[in-house]
Amino acid sequence: MTTPTAVALEDAKVAFRLGDGRVYTAVEKAHLTVAQGEFVAIVGPTGCGKSTLLNVAAGLLKPAAGGVRIFDRPLAGLNRDAGYLFQADALFPWKTALDNVAIGLEIKGTPRTEALPLAQKWLTSVGLGAFAGRYPHMLSGGQRKRVALAQVLIRDPKILLMDEPFGPLDAQTRQVMGNLLLDLWNADRKAVLFVTHDLEEAIALADRVVIMSAGPSSRIIGDWRVNLQRPRDIFEVRLDKEFHALHREIWSVLKDEVMKGYAQSTHAAEAV
Amino acid sequence: MSRAMLLALQVLVAIVCIALWQLLSSVPVLGKILLPPFFFSNPVDVFDQIVKWFVSGVIWKHLWITLVESILAFVIGSLGGVLIGFWFARQPLVAAVFDPYVKMVNALPRVVLAPIFALWLGLGIWSKVALGVTLVFFIVFFNVYQGVKEVSRTVLDNGRMLGMSEGQLMRHVYWPSALSWMFSSLHTSVGFAVVGAVVGEYLGSAAGLGYLIQQAEGVFDVAGVFAGMFVLSAFVILIDMGVTLVERRLLVWRPTVDGRG
Repeated sequence: MTTPTAVALEDAKVAFRLGDGRVYTAVEKAHLTVAQGEFVAIVGPTGCGKSTLLNVAAGLLKPAAGGVRIFDRPLAGLNRDAGYLFQADALFPWKTALDNVAIGLEIKGTPRTEALPLAQKWLTSVGLGAFAGRYPHMLSGGQRKRVALAQVLIRDPKILLMDEPFGPLDAQTRQVMGNLLLDLWNADRKAVLFVTHDLEEAIALADRVVIMSAGPSSRIIGDWRVNLQRPRDIFEVRLDKEFHALHREIWSVLKDEVMKGYAQSTHAAEAV
Repeated sequence: MSRAMLLALQVLVAIVCIALWQLLSSVPVLGKILLPPFFFSNPVDVFDQIVKWFVSGVIWKHLWITLVESILAFVIGSLGGVLIGFWFARQPLVAAVFDPYVKMVNALPRVVLAPIFALWLGLGIWSKVALGVTLVFFIVFFNVYQGVKEVSRTVLDNGRMLGMSEGQLMRHVYWPSALSWMFSSLHTSVGFAVVGAVVGEYLGSAAGLGYLIQQAEGVFDVAGVFAGMFVLSAFVILIDMGVTLVERRLLVWRPTVDGRG
């Protein structure tokens, strides 16, 4: 049985030119594949370049070396097969929740009269059916994330890229959103690349957890398979023995990197 | 504080001021009238003058002229400001080339242009419209320019990832953002449109509120000058209320309290 590869980063290196002419290497030779239907989480200490890697997969950033293949075709320009869920608020503030979701279809040329009922359906499936007429500023942080999720999913992308999407939310809302995401994902199992700094969240959600070393020049230093049963409930799965064992095992590796990351960021601050 | 209470206090301020004015201009204090009627007139005369204008109906023509000039100045100035602001923001090279000239013209006190406009466009409404346009244009221009340049990076990236073409980004992201900045400067730009019209009239015209004030001043009719000022204030307040209504409709998507950008 061979599942096609949705995303393949092939020794991708990401570097930025700094203002003073020096070159800053964010990510060194990252090799990572996500199979179709697979949920992969990338975990790493702050500033390790995990969001950078996601932007490379999205086509928002070009790797300095190495390549990106999407469904076995080299990626040129933006990744048209991917939906991207941002960490910051990315909704259009001048559009209502309904219009924000409908726009995903309207861009593709779907007539508005067809797009609106579908958008309403998606809002309902993320639990916001009654909030269609609200503007983003009238919604809570969690509700805005739900709208953003509907906005991305209505286009039915083959790949989902998520950059700490639940980062700004409080702990409880995060878990509720995690369960919502798993429910929606379970329906058609898209390939997911999910970036987070929260190891528990990563294990609870993903099929595979990938650990990155502290930046700069960070690398992928570990890759664990999560064999917890699906469908999962995020609240329940955290009580599982296997969950704890895996958490302990990954944390023993991640801990050193987190300490290194902190040491570097404090060191850098002192140097400035 | 309740609304009624607030309103009562606001009215009280007006009553006290007018009463003081009337008192000091008619009753001597220590053998001296503090506000000589020749320079300060008095509320009764001013009120008489206003009533006379409205009863005879002469004021309507002047109000109408000033209103038309203000609206034209606002519309033309805003249109120009939006278009050029948009263009400059999307074409950094153009913006860089014209930057010193924009700054130069904007630094110029616009009043000095009034004689030139009167020369070019005559004493009719268009010289006043032109003066108003030079005021409105720069306010709208700078706001739109800033607005387009400061569109949130994330919102733009989101548009791109959702598959928007350059044209669609323009329509769904840049344009609404630019318009919202224009609307946020609506009070200022409408105010300046009126200023342009009235100053233009004052400096040379045959009709309008500025003309009325200038005429009264020419014959040392202080009551007429004050009457013109009060009518002008009322006129501006009415327009401002209209703008507030429009704004509420157009900016419903904006948070009301110290919003996030």
